[in-house]
Amino acid sequence: MGELANIFMKSAFVENLALAYFLGMCSYLAVSKTVKTAFGLGLAVIFVLGITMPINWMIENYLLGENGLFQTDLTFLRLILFIAVIASMVQLVEMVVEKMSPALYNSLGIFLPLITVNCAILGGSLFMVSKEYNFQESLAFGLGGGFGWFLAIIAIAAIREKIRYSDVPPAMRGLGMAFLLTGMMGMAFMGLMGIDFITFK
Amino acid sequence: MAETKVVEKKKATPISFGKKERALITDPINDNNPITVQVLGICSALAVTTGMKNAAVMAVAVVFVCLFANVITSAIRNRIPSQIRMIVQLVIIATLVTVVELTLKAVAFESYKQLSVFIGLIITNCIIMGRLEAFAMGNRPYESALDGLGNGIGYGLILLIVAFIRELFGKGELFGYKIIGATDEYALNTLNHWWLEWYSNNGLMVLFPSAMFVIAVLIWVHRAWNPKLVDIS
Repeated sequence: MGELANIFMKSAFVENLALAYFLGMCSYLAVSKTVKTAFGLGLAVIFVLGITMPINWMIENYLLGENGLFQTDLTFLRLILFIAVIASMVQLVEMVVEKMSPALYNSLGIFLPLITVNCAILGGSLFMVSKEYNFQESLAFGLGGGFGWFLAIIAIAAIREKIRYSDVPPAMRGLGMAFLLTGMMGMAFMGLMGIDFITFK
Repeated sequence: MAETKVVEKKKATPISFGKKERALITDPINDNNPITVQVLGICSALAVTTGMKNAAVMAVAVVFVCLFANVITSAIRNRIPSQIRMIVQLVIIATLVTVVELTLKAVAFESYKQLSVFIGLIITNCIIMGRLEAFAMGNRPYESALDGLGNGIGYGLILLIVAFIRELFGKGELFGYKIIGATDEYALNTLNHWWLEWYSNNGLMVLFPSAMFVIAVLIWVHRAWNPKLVDIS
């Protein structure tokens, strides 16, 4: 259990998908104009990462690996299968959320389909493969990574809401400032690098 | 019946390389640049720009995928059901990316190792999806090819500029060759020459955040030079 908590904390803070690897930057920069929309997208990312990571783990180990269903090395199909899983999962999540909770669906609305092309999701799955996690660890990694991404987008959205009232050079307004701020946040997060949450073990 | 007639009519317009076609290529390089204006495809741009070599490999890969994904999608655009078009597009892109990945693995294993997951992440590179959705789904293969080429080049150009700055100031090298600062051999040598030792590498430039700063400055320069792009909101 401590091992899992360690992976969760590590993927949320030390190896933050948004601020240490800069994944999912397109939607991170495009949807962070207000905290409210950023909140919705962040939740959706946690959700989708938490679901797709274990599924992709099962595909990798039971279908593609040499000890899998076909007893041959099919890893060249990894990218196609992963992205197909992500796209269909997003579609499925969209339908389920629409049926179960129309209020949440309305607040997430347009962001759900956007998540398919969020690099953080596919990147998370590919990192999971290269780090050779087992099933529980990949679930912890997915949830932790999603949580870290959620924190990062909330933080930048809050800063961008405030900075709108500052006197910024016209050419830097909007996008330019967002890039600078993200760079600075990335530097701040680098201060966490190398921390091992040993106390959780 | 009526539909097929319309398609035939469209095909009747001759394939030419005029002003409009040239704009398809030059527009994404300046006024509608994928990175500095459309803000698409940032993720891979940041990760692979620590060296010119990786950036060049990535740029070529993206141009290839962007071009062919546009052509293929455009060729079958009338047969894709609109409900599942995302998955169809993703499968086309994923197939092309797999081709790139396997080619790199065979031809340039060193670059393949260094780029690792970022080759796979070309799939979710928003430029490619964005162009398929915005352009290839509604235009002929010829125009789509030009559009794909233009966007790929616009992306690659920024990638190379950022990589140039980061590698030159971060490691004092370009394409792995020493340009400024002392080489390892010189460090071993007891001879000290000021013209080789005046520069010490800026460690920040190798790290991720510097890519953000460099792109921010690029945006600044680009918008100051081209004021109609300034964000007025």
